[in-house]
Amino acid sequence: MKYATIKKADLGTWIGHLQKKAKLYAPRKKENLYVFRPVKDARDIALKYIPTILPPKKYYFPQHEKLFKFVIDRFKTAKAIAEFEEFILFAVHTCDIAGIQCMDVVFRESPEDPNYLNRKDKMTIVGIECLEYCDRYANCTAMGNHVPRGGYDLMMIELKDAFIIHVNSEKGERLVKGLPYIREAGDDDMRALEEAREKKETVFKNEFAKPLRDVYTSFDNGFAAPVWKDVGRRCVACGNCTAVCPTCYCFDIADDVELDFNAGTRYRVWNSCQMDDFAKVAGGEDFRKGRDQRQRHRYYRKFKYPVDKFNRYFCTGCGRCTRTCMAGISLIETVNALLCEEGMG
Amino acid sequence: MLDREILLEKMKVSPYKPLKGKIVRAEMVTEKEKFFRIELEEKIALGHEPGQFVMVSIFGFAEAPISIASSPTDKGYFDLVVRNVGVFTNKLHTLEKGDEVGIRGPFGKGFPVDNMFGFDIVIVGGGLGIVPLRSLIHYIMHNRNDFGNVQILLGCKTPKEMLFRDEQKEWMKRAEIKFNCTVDRADPDWKGNVGLITTLIPGVDLNPSRTYGIVVGPPVMYKFVIVKLLEKEIPDHQIIVSLERRMKCGLGKCGHCQIEGVYVCQSGPVFNYAQLKRFKGECHEKAI
Repeated sequence: MKYATIKKADLGTWIGHLQKKAKLYAPRKKENLYVFRPVKDARDIALKYIPTILPPKKYYFPQHEKLFKFVIDRFKTAKAIAEFEEFILFAVHTCDIAGIQCMDVVFRESPEDPNYLNRKDKMTIVGIECLEYCDRYANCTAMGNHVPRGGYDLMMIELKDAFIIHVNSEKGERLVKGLPYIREAGDDDMRALEEAREKKETVFKNEFAKPLRDVYTSFDNGFAAPVWKDVGRRCVACGNCTAVCPTCYCFDIADDVELDFNAGTRYRVWNSCQMDDFAKVAGGEDFRKGRDQRQRHRYYRKFKYPVDKFNRYFCTGCGRCTRTCMAGISLIETVNALLCEEGMG
Repeated sequence: MLDREILLEKMKVSPYKPLKGKIVRAEMVTEKEKFFRIELEEKIALGHEPGQFVMVSIFGFAEAPISIASSPTDKGYFDLVVRNVGVFTNKLHTLEKGDEVGIRGPFGKGFPVDNMFGFDIVIVGGGLGIVPLRSLIHYIMHNRNDFGNVQILLGCKTPKEMLFRDEQKEWMKRAEIKFNCTVDRADPDWKGNVGLITTLIPGVDLNPSRTYGIVVGPPVMYKFVIVKLLEKEIPDHQIIVSLERRMKCGLGKCGHCQIEGVYVCQSGPVFNYAQLKRFKGECHEKAI
């Protein structure tokens, strides 16, 4: 089965079925925003939502993650986590799935990171395709992530009174197979899908002033561009932008010691290149002094360095960094300003 | 299984879990620096290249990247020399013979010794830069016939801070290594040069196309020394540096050691000047 359909009326039943298979996480409303949370009641799930405060990375790259347990005297180390549990991420936007693909590339690169890979192995992704913009901060079209581009097990697309489901892996097929209320998609469904996609083309437009290759060129040439000074002048170095970014993975390593001062845990914790001591060495030299340099670094880690290294842009277009910025720094405006300053605007 | 394979196998289980290292020798060598000789559990050989580093763990105090100060040709142990500058190194300084630390590594790319065979070598070290350079100097001494003329130029602030002074005599005597040092400020007993390290370079006689210049020191030193070596017409890719950054994971992931698009813990810490030149602004060691 490559494409399946489910009636909207049956969605609750299917979600109940998924809950029995594994721990289920989905977006739900929290005051005026949205968050990924464990599903208690299928009715709480928000299928139309602005990207959640934190991307689902909190489940496969937890903010505070145990690496191993230790005993100080006598020296001993042991596994911190015996087994990772199966879980399903439900209704993930295509931008956030692109974020997971980016993380995959990073943590699979030798030397591999078994902590990430162990969690990732237990993860099933059920995506949902957006048919309209979440808000004006997203730049998913520029990044090509407004449409599904793999990296998921199942992808749901809303039609009139049903969802069409793209089955993209064996793992995904097991979640739709043998259920009376899910049937293989027919020609009518496929036509409806095509229509929905065609309609999307009229809604989703490149949010940047120029195509992505020009954006890359402007980054290639724009290391000394004035825009970085401007962004640095406004930045308050709070680190919100990196915390909410689905492709930011920098971390620190630290120890927690129990009250007996002998046993403890080494853990890693999200860290941000926007913090002023991030690149400072023991001798006191700071290799990225100033918020302008640190913001520039963040942008280059989305639009230049990973493109050279992994052949991928690490901006997914989710718009979170703009939405969360206390200083009102907008990614779209910054990129457009850079394009302008590099004579490509 | 080879020791190297055992290390890699353990890395696969968890690259974050350190091996046990036993301190078999510990002594203060200057007012601020302490020397440690370490043996790994089950006498596993670290199998490092000169110029690589290890992550040293003290449980409760996390980890820090430390340069290896000994040559892989000295088997069964490895040496570290650590300056007391912060919380972690302060704790490390309290450790003595018989105490245990965690060791991960070795990490990074070391000095390109294979490419240096048959070449003349000019080593320029400033301050603590002599620590990683000692791994190379001992390696060269062990394989002395594989290299041409070897000269070492050392500089530090005061004579009291000069590391390995006893060993220096041996380098000169036993290995036919030319040796010259200078201090920024002399004390009454000092009979050597006074002045910056850069003042020693113009006097060096060398054949640039057959010479590797190796530079390790504090960030401020590089650009001035590199300029002097370039004036001597040593080709860019034969000027070798080792860069200090704040590695946290050693695995090219955590982001702390990054210079622009490059993770120093994996692609470095040793680079040649041709690589340095490509950096646009975050590599403070690049010549002006």
